[in-house]
This record gives sequence, structure tokens and C-alpha cells, in this order.
Amino acid sequence: MYTVADLKKGLKLTLDGDPYLVIAFDFTKPGKGQALYRTKMRNMINGTILDRTYRSGETFEPASLEERQMEYLYKEGTHYTFMDQQTYEQVVMEEAAMGDAKNFLLENLKVDVLLFGEKAIGVTLPNFVNLRVIQTEPWAKGDTSGNDSKPATVETGYVLRVPPFIEEGELITIDTRNGEYYTRVKG
Amino acid sequence: MSSFRRANLHLRARIMQAVREFFVARGFLEVETPHRIPANAPEEHIEPGRAGAGYLHTSPELCMKRLLCRGYGKIFQICRCWRDNERGRRHAPEFTMLEWYRCDSDYSDLMKDCQELLEQVVRTVCGGTMLSYQGGEIGFGDGMRRISVREAFERFGGTTIEAALRNGTFDEIMVTAIEPALPQDKPVILMDYPAQMAALARLKPGDPTVGERFELYAGGLELANGFSELNDPHEQRTRFLEANAGRARAGLPALPLPEPFLADLGYMPPAAGIALGIDRLVMLCADAERIDDVIAFTPEEL
Repeated sequence: MYTVADLKKGLKLTLDGDPYLVIAFDFTKPGKGQALYRTKMRNMINGTILDRTYRSGETFEPASLEERQMEYLYKEGTHYTFMDQQTYEQVVMEEAAMGDAKNFLLENLKVDVLLFGEKAIGVTLPNFVNLRVIQTEPWAKGDTSGNDSKPATVETGYVLRVPPFIEEGELITIDTRNGEYYTRVKG
Repeated sequence: MSSFRRANLHLRARIMQAVREFFVARGFLEVETPHRIPANAPEEHIEPGRAGAGYLHTSPELCMKRLLCRGYGKIFQICRCWRDNERGRRHAPEFTMLEWYRCDSDYSDLMKDCQELLEQVVRTVCGGTMLSYQGGEIGFGDGMRRISVREAFERFGGTTIEAALRNGTFDEIMVTAIEPALPQDKPVILMDYPAQMAALARLKPGDPTVGERFELYAGGLELANGFSELNDPHEQRTRFLEANAGRARAGLPALPLPEPFLADLGYMPPAAGIALGIDRLVMLCADAERIDDVIAFTPEEL
């Protein structure tokens, strides 16, 4: 159980059955008056932002969150299925909760799935993934336009900017934190 | 330490010096009273920190009033005070308070002191009477705006004091609606609080529904709280007991009553006293948004 004294940026708590992340917090108090704890919170499932003001004596349930390493199995419609390789337990995540992670997911990739109770609400990828380029324009030798990058589509359907020398069929490394090209995989 | 904070510690020292010069020049005696005391004035919303068998003082007010009872007429003190669980952009649980008391005076004399003190401090440390705070310009050389709490609730709070007290939203409306809407061009005196919000203040002659209490604001910052002092020991005991009853309703432990203070209070001449947050004054002069920028160490750095 948390009290108002525990409130701070980054605290995760349960409100109306959903997990919330405190993203802004301010303590105010007229000298002789009642303390007010003003917060801004983000719903960790649907992203809704909430403004709430609390007073001394109020309490909160912590959000029971757990991160587990799982393997990505397959996608069906807008549902992504992951499996815990120790227990063989499977969880399904909505595409909306995946965020940008869906751009980098290949079958059998090992990821960290964030669970709120039984519900999968987020996924953390390795910082770098290797994906194959399935479409990009060839590098026109003698191109003097000065462009130092061109668009390329990788096997997940994600489009990013790559250096001109990258060719179709090549394997490249992408930094999943910013979605940018990192390097070419040799061999 | 950031260069902003470093400069502010120098500014802080100059402000403290200017404050002392102001009071000494007006015949106030600088006093020091014990910081560890057996009992504070019980307050519903102020948590004293324990110290041995007693408490750290949350304000030097009780000992300073007892000095008035012993014949001191004009006294001031700058000291550290402690209030548990108060930590925010404008709050640290240990902070510096300036308090001054004057006999044969009432709260209107304190308002005049406030205006002169602010003007002198700003003139000394900023070299003029205009100050820029968080994007606004405040003039300190041209008086203050006086607004009654009743008027402030009706103009800025969208409700009446009575309704706010009934719903228990008085402080919330004060912080969220009224304080941000107060005029910013001059310091503001918010005056005449409902009697139950003025536990140590004398009731206004001719209107017993309000206490002669005021708060001083500048740039939206609450700087000081002053009042015409209550000097009826029986009435004071009743208000302390009411504070403890309020604490009981909020699930907080009762606090001991300051009996020697109550015993002396019957001998206190008519007087007025005020507490001003030095850290807030430094924030104002430094154009600092956070108290952390004007103190040498934050609680988290210890």
C-alpha cells in the first residue's frame, strides 16, 4: 500500500483497475492549510492522461507489474502471441499496446513482456535487431545529388532511411530505441 | 552545484543582512529562542518532528510571544523551522523563517512593515523597485493590493467562503484557483480569514466571523502569514483543543498543549506578529522556480 508521501514521478499504481504511471507531481500547501498532492498520470494500457489531486491520508494500491522474458510466436489479426519458454505459458497482446515494437518483431525473437496481473501491456525489445532489406532502390553509381541516405523496407514492413550502398536482400542492424539504421551485417 | 544555485547562496546572504538591517534600524531586538521545545501550538495541518522527549519547533511563535509577556516590545528572529512531510517545489521540511512581533500594534501595522521590508530588500539586492519573477514584472515601490478572502473567493474562486468551508474545499480552491489568479503587478495582501482559519488571531472588532489574519503574496508566492494576536488564554485553549479534535478526525495523534505559553498568555499586551519564509523571499529575488535552487543542501542530498 502506498500513501501520498510515496507519490513521485515514476511511481506505478493501480487506479480503477488499471495500472498508471505518475508522470508529473507537485506538492502544494498553504502555510496553515491542508496539503494537496497534484499528480498527472498516464494509463499504462491505453495511454490516457489523468489529472488527480490527493490529500493527506489517502492511500493507493501499487500496480503489480512483472517483466518476463518470452519468445514471440506469431501474429493473428491484431493479436500478437508470446510464450514463456520455461513454463510454456502463452500470452496475447493487442497491437495497440505494442507501440513501435511491432516494427521490429520477427518470429522467435526473445523480448521482455510487461505483465499487469495476467494481462500483457507492453514489450521491451533488445536494443539491436537484425532485419533483412526486402525493397530499396539500387545505388546509382555516379549519383552526385549529395543524398547520403535512401528509403528501405525491411521484412516486417517497416520503412527506414539507410545509406545508399545498402542493397536488397542484405541484413542490417537497427537500433530499436530510435528506429534508426545502425550498421550493415557482414557475410 | 549549478552556477545559478551558487549565485543564489550569495544573494541569500545579502538578503539576510538586508533584513537584519531593516529591523535593527527600526528598534527591533534580534532574539534567539529554543528550537527544541516540549510542545508546539497544535495545528491540524502542521506535523512537528520529534526531538528527544519533545519536538522541533514548527515556528518560534510561542517563545517569542512569551517574550512579549515579559516586557519586550519589538523583537525579531531568523531561525530554522521544521515541518514533517512537507516537500515540494516550494517546500522543504527544514526551512528558514523570519518572525517579528510588535506590542501595541495590530495587523495593519504588520502590513506596513511588509511593504517597507519588501521594498528595502528588493532595492538593496536588486538595485531598483521592479523585480521580474517567472515572466511577470512586480513593482515594490508603489504599495500593495489588499483583497479580502471573501472577495477573493467570489472573484477568483467562483464560490463563497461558506460553501467552500462546508465542502471542505477551502484550501484546494485557495491553491488551485485563487493563488494563480491574484494580481501579479504588486505584492498582494489577502486579509480577513474565516474565524476557524485563524486559530491564533484576534477576531475582527465588529465582525466576529473573521479573524484579523492576512497572507502576503508576491508573484504568486505565499511569503508570509501574520495576525493581530489573540491574547485570551481560555479562547486560545479552546482553539488548540479544536485543532486536536480535527487531528483526531483525520486519524492523526493529538499533540500536547503548550501549558506554560497558555499560562503566560493572559499577560500579553495587545500585539501583532508575523512569519515570513526567507527561502521564498530568496526564490522571489532570484527568480527561482524551486526552493532547491536557493538552499545549500536539499533533504535528498544529505
